[in-house]
Amino acid sequence: MANLKELTHREDRLEGGHRLCAGCGASIAVRQVLLGAGLEPVVVGCATGCLEVSTTIYPYSSWKTPFIHNAFENSAATVSGVEAAFKGLKAAGKIPADKKVKFVAFGGDGGTYDIGLQSLSGAMERGHDMVYVCYDNGAYMNTGIQRSSATPKGAWATTSEVGVAQQGKQQRRKDLTQIMAAHNIPYVAQASISHWKDLTMKAEKAFAVEGPAFLNIFAPCPRGWRIPFDTTVEIAKSAVQTGYWPLYEVEDGVWRQTVKVMNRKPVVEFLKPQGRFKHLFAPGNEALLAEVQTDVDRQWDALQSRFGSV
Amino acid sequence: MPTQKTVAATGNTVVAEAMRQCAPDVMAAYPITPQTTIVEEFAGFVAKGRVHTEYVTVESEHSAMSACVGASAAGARVMTATASQGLALMWEELHIASGMRLPIVMANANRALSAPINIHCDHSDIMGARDTGWITLFAETAQEAYDNTIMAVRIAEHPDVLLPTMSCLDGFITTHSIDRVCIMDDESVTGFVGQYEPQNALLDLENPVTHGSFAGLGGPFFEFKKAQREAIERSRAVINEVGAEFSALSGRPFGMVETWGMEDADVAVVVIGSTAGNVRHVARQMRDSGIKAGVVKIRCFRPFPYAELVEALSGVKAVAVMDRAESFGAEGGPLFLEVRSALYDRTERVPVINYIYGLGGSDVRLELIESVLNDLSEIAAGAVAPDGLVYLGSR
Repeated sequence: MANLKELTHREDRLEGGHRLCAGCGASIAVRQVLLGAGLEPVVVGCATGCLEVSTTIYPYSSWKTPFIHNAFENSAATVSGVEAAFKGLKAAGKIPADKKVKFVAFGGDGGTYDIGLQSLSGAMERGHDMVYVCYDNGAYMNTGIQRSSATPKGAWATTSEVGVAQQGKQQRRKDLTQIMAAHNIPYVAQASISHWKDLTMKAEKAFAVEGPAFLNIFAPCPRGWRIPFDTTVEIAKSAVQTGYWPLYEVEDGVWRQTVKVMNRKPVVEFLKPQGRFKHLFAPGNEALLAEVQTDVDRQWDALQSRFGSV
Repeated sequence: MPTQKTVAATGNTVVAEAMRQCAPDVMAAYPITPQTTIVEEFAGFVAKGRVHTEYVTVESEHSAMSACVGASAAGARVMTATASQGLALMWEELHIASGMRLPIVMANANRALSAPINIHCDHSDIMGARDTGWITLFAETAQEAYDNTIMAVRIAEHPDVLLPTMSCLDGFITTHSIDRVCIMDDESVTGFVGQYEPQNALLDLENPVTHGSFAGLGGPFFEFKKAQREAIERSRAVINEVGAEFSALSGRPFGMVETWGMEDADVAVVVIGSTAGNVRHVARQMRDSGIKAGVVKIRCFRPFPYAELVEALSGVKAVAVMDRAESFGAEGGPLFLEVRSALYDRTERVPVINYIYGLGGSDVRLELIESVLNDLSEIAAGAVAPDGLVYLGSR
């Protein structure tokens, strides 16, 4: 992998001056992923969402690379079409046979875990040579912090409110990374914007494989999580250290933990600083809080048993 | 002149053949009755190495059109085919394809929309998509389906147009019946459609462009839509020009509106698709019994040929509009609304009667068409026109 010094000399293909919020995790994820694409040309696709609306306000564009936005649920299908065009135009002799281009589709957790899951699953199964990147901030942030199937249990969101009848989201989150691993594609990884080196390495691997790759990147949203905008990286790091968001990869079916966590911290350290979990610390919610820890422990243990196994 | 061979084939077979001859770089399709044999035959061409096409076997029609949008924006010649529920599932993407000005060509095997579920012909699928910004051609026969599909490529990709174009054929009636069709040689079709020269292609890597921008917040959305309207208006001339060139090449006529017996007709039936042949047959017979009947067939529904239609209907005393689709709660079916609106500017008022027929493949017997012409003849002679639309032959 390129070292930090080398990476700093690479051009950012997502330019500054876009309208994403200060402290947005998504733009950090995009920068690291595109650094991992190396020096080859990259065509970017993006689902409807914060990343798209904030970077393509007509007549401006923050993308210094070919970019396409189609709709919300279909960035995987759209980029699969772009990649198919590349192959078809090569077959027609209109693009040189040795030309190399990378293809990447971005989507938030709403556009990936929920409405775009079918499109993603189809594109991965068909084996397109593309990388799909989910920037997971655990809710529909662009439309105003509504719950998604990536929203953690107990979290406040504008469609999983806190009141006498319920304490935030009632359901557990979906484990999308494992769902994608079950597609038996060449490369699947879970990464976090807090661990730039691990993330960039995973992006490099994802772009290097022949065929489809999937990256699920933890990307906090200060606005939705009710945290100060200068704590994005810290809170993401805390998610890793508490085992809430384990960093691992599945390469040709081999599961490997890429960042070891010594002395895993209690999950409250991740929850406490976030306004969206405030109610969990109110008297009477002790059981709910304990349940969150139990779930993290259980998932952690289940995952540990897969590492090193085929 | 091209070498043409006459074959006995279904509408779907010759649409697949036309697509092969037009050599798309990408085909992204999902199977649905009665479109299936188009995508199956095309898959056969791929397997046999007869096309260079990258065939994307998507997991839904929504993804089919999404992949078409991506591939077309990338700079490829792109085709697909669908029907009914599939077209309905694509609806969001139909608007995006036209809004992004992507010259995708799609065949639609016209079929009823659920519920209740039904696999047979009517036009509710395509009429539900009539405001999506696609140029829409209709075939009466397998021959027209073949011809329209080839012309669609030239129309869609014309630099003055750049709009997606649909080639519609009636489910089962045209898609699955074996008909006599003249197929042109490959070279003539290749020469006719030419090479696609994309503008602002994603894969023009030295000139990166952003497709699908956000034009909200007081942005130029309104002006984009106006430009789209101007493009489809410009397509009228292109459609006629391409049609004339194709006619000269193939020896077969093409008009956005095609007429029979309208030179001296007292009464006329306006119709779309496979039923036109039946109407002509009945009209010919009725001329023997003194009813001067004419037929106006709409071959291009979008852009709607209102001027040609008004000219074709000048001088008639009563008009029947046959709709194979509903527009529930409206004053009539989609074609009726267009036709009567087109006739509004004429000084002379003429009764226009709307017949809803053949929904879900319900049989359109010759006696039913006869009854329409008899009604018209009486109305033209002064009888009172029916109040509201008529469900033709319903039990």
